[in-house]
Amino acid sequence: MGNSTPTPDVAASADFEEVQATEQFQKLRKRHRGFVFPMAVAFLLWYFAYVLLADYAVDFMSTKVWGNINVGLIMGLFQFVTTFAITGWYVSYCNRKLDPIAAEIRHGIEGHEFDKAGKRVGGGSK
Amino acid sequence: MISIPTAVDVAALKDTTLLNMGIFALFVAVTMVIVLRASRNNKTAADYYAAGRSFTGSQNGTAIAGDYLSAASFLGITGAIAINGYDGFMYSIGFLVAWLVALLLVAELLRNTGKFTMADVLSFRLKQRPVRIAAAISTLAVCFFYLLAQMAGAGSLISLLLGISDWGGQALVIMVVGALMIMYVLIGGMKGTTWVQIIKAILLIAGAAVMTLWVLAIYGFNLSSLLGAAVETSNNPNVLNPGLQYGKTETSKLDFMSLGLALVLGTAALPHVLMRFYTVPTAKEARKSVVWSIWLIGLFYLFTLVLGYGAAALVGADTIKAAPGGVNSAAPLLAFYLGGPLLLGFISAVAFATILAVVAGLTITAAASFAHDIYASVIAKGKADADTEVKVARRTVVVIGVMAILGGIFANGQNVAFLVALAFAVAASANLPTIIYSLFWRRFTTQGAVWSMYGGLASAIILIVLSPVVSGAKTSMIPGASFAIFPLSNPGIVSIPLAFLLGWLGTVLDKNLEDRSKQAEMEVRSLTGVGAEKAVDH
Repeated sequence: MGNSTPTPDVAASADFEEVQATEQFQKLRKRHRGFVFPMAVAFLLWYFAYVLLADYAVDFMSTKVWGNINVGLIMGLFQFVTTFAITGWYVSYCNRKLDPIAAEIRHGIEGHEFDKAGKRVGGGSK
Repeated sequence: MISIPTAVDVAALKDTTLLNMGIFALFVAVTMVIVLRASRNNKTAADYYAAGRSFTGSQNGTAIAGDYLSAASFLGITGAIAINGYDGFMYSIGFLVAWLVALLLVAELLRNTGKFTMADVLSFRLKQRPVRIAAAISTLAVCFFYLLAQMAGAGSLISLLLGISDWGGQALVIMVVGALMIMYVLIGGMKGTTWVQIIKAILLIAGAAVMTLWVLAIYGFNLSSLLGAAVETSNNPNVLNPGLQYGKTETSKLDFMSLGLALVLGTAALPHVLMRFYTVPTAKEARKSVVWSIWLIGLFYLFTLVLGYGAAALVGADTIKAAPGGVNSAAPLLAFYLGGPLLLGFISAVAFATILAVVAGLTITAAASFAHDIYASVIAKGKADADTEVKVARRTVVVIGVMAILGGIFANGQNVAFLVALAFAVAASANLPTIIYSLFWRRFTTQGAVWSMYGGLASAIILIVLSPVVSGAKTSMIPGASFAIFPLSNPGIVSIPLAFLLGWLGTVLDKNLEDRSKQAEMEVRSLTGVGAEKAVDH
């Protein structure tokens, strides 16, 4: 290890616009955004709903549910639970839906499948 | 058999000074040996700034937790819960939830598109000079505010933990801590800094876990009885309900919203956190880092809930407020109550190690940004070789270290608690919009980036200057003057939307379009990791 910055860059000769236009890359992009955007919006809304309740619905949050445990504490602890759950969900989504396609595209580029014409590394035509 | 002393004798704390210092000296000795061993093959810029990208996701995740759980989190949140009850707990939730922004939107994409600094990513497909300079300035600003807050907090910690209350003595200890930090960063670079953070995180979380189990054991592992005891000692049932601190007025409620916004959106844009993602070899390891840090940080904040209410129940808010160090003394006093001088010594040493580790992380980030973004790219116009760049970085470390020591000595005793919140607000306003736009918005241009970064930075700082934390109130920095036209002590609720708006406006008004192929390259690299991963053999 020590120096794992790949030099020379294996992707230097690739035509990225061509890669970007492929159906496979568009699928990766769509799957990625289709997960992270709604999820980010959802947890931000849930967090700010919680803060608003704690700010403006003090009586509701102070309602005792069990012993000295009140609604506010349960909702606060539930924020922890949702944070852990979203983390786990994202990791499993990546493993199943994103990483395999990303690796395929990456290997394609590294295998010079998308090289610009005339810039092919190791090509003797120029 | 658990002994339960009737009260905490604060005067007895002074007798433990030597023990505290001894345990801290042991920590320094052990980490120094590890740093020396780890830094033997620090040769290239990637070694110095990014630890040769040789850490695993779990190691880096632990280091991130070590970096993030600053003295302000550990002592501050425990104290806030002990005194203000539920509102202190709410504070910790913002710090945790924020990591989802880093996990979902930033960490992996950033790891795939940059090399050493935040500016690498932001300037990837925009015009190098203006964007790099703006990103470096906001990096330095965030690091400076954060650094000053840590160093200034050291003074109150010293008076509490070492029993040194005179100004000269405290200045001497701040100098020693600062000098140690400079040594770690100079010798060890990112590798050394990371190891200090890993060791500190393990000690901190282990110490907090022991204390948490201890407190729970006293109450028969029944959270409800612990809460009941906290109510009984404080004689105030409202410690369990929201609003004790932030619910006083309509302004303070709005202020909490503003703080929450800054915490949640600022974390994923803190330059010293972002830089940690470059110390791992792949995006997958970067993802694993965030997962680890979310678990560790979440677990730790659950501990602080028990510790805070435990301190409220067993030590009592009045004793805490009267002790040297005030609110910050809740955790150390609870340690003393539970485990006597030995546990107090351990927790004190961990608190010092915390300052050391966090300050080291900030210093190397600021130095890397200066050497890599300003010196190599702007002053030397990309012609500096890596050796010169690292040499500049090392010199910058010394300069920043000396500035941190002086800042710590002169800000000692000042009310600078707002500086951490300001650092988050500046990061969320100046950095996050540009990070998000450049990763996800194809049309985004240089003008948008520059407007957003300078606009976010300036509005956050100006609003703070015009707020009650600087003037117009009894607790202000300048209590005599009164130019506080902005009512909130956290600027986030205004400056963050403003920076997003400026980024959009600057882009749509920009007649120059950016390079299409660079945009394609950034998008493909960010999602696939090509070129940033180790290539497979063909």
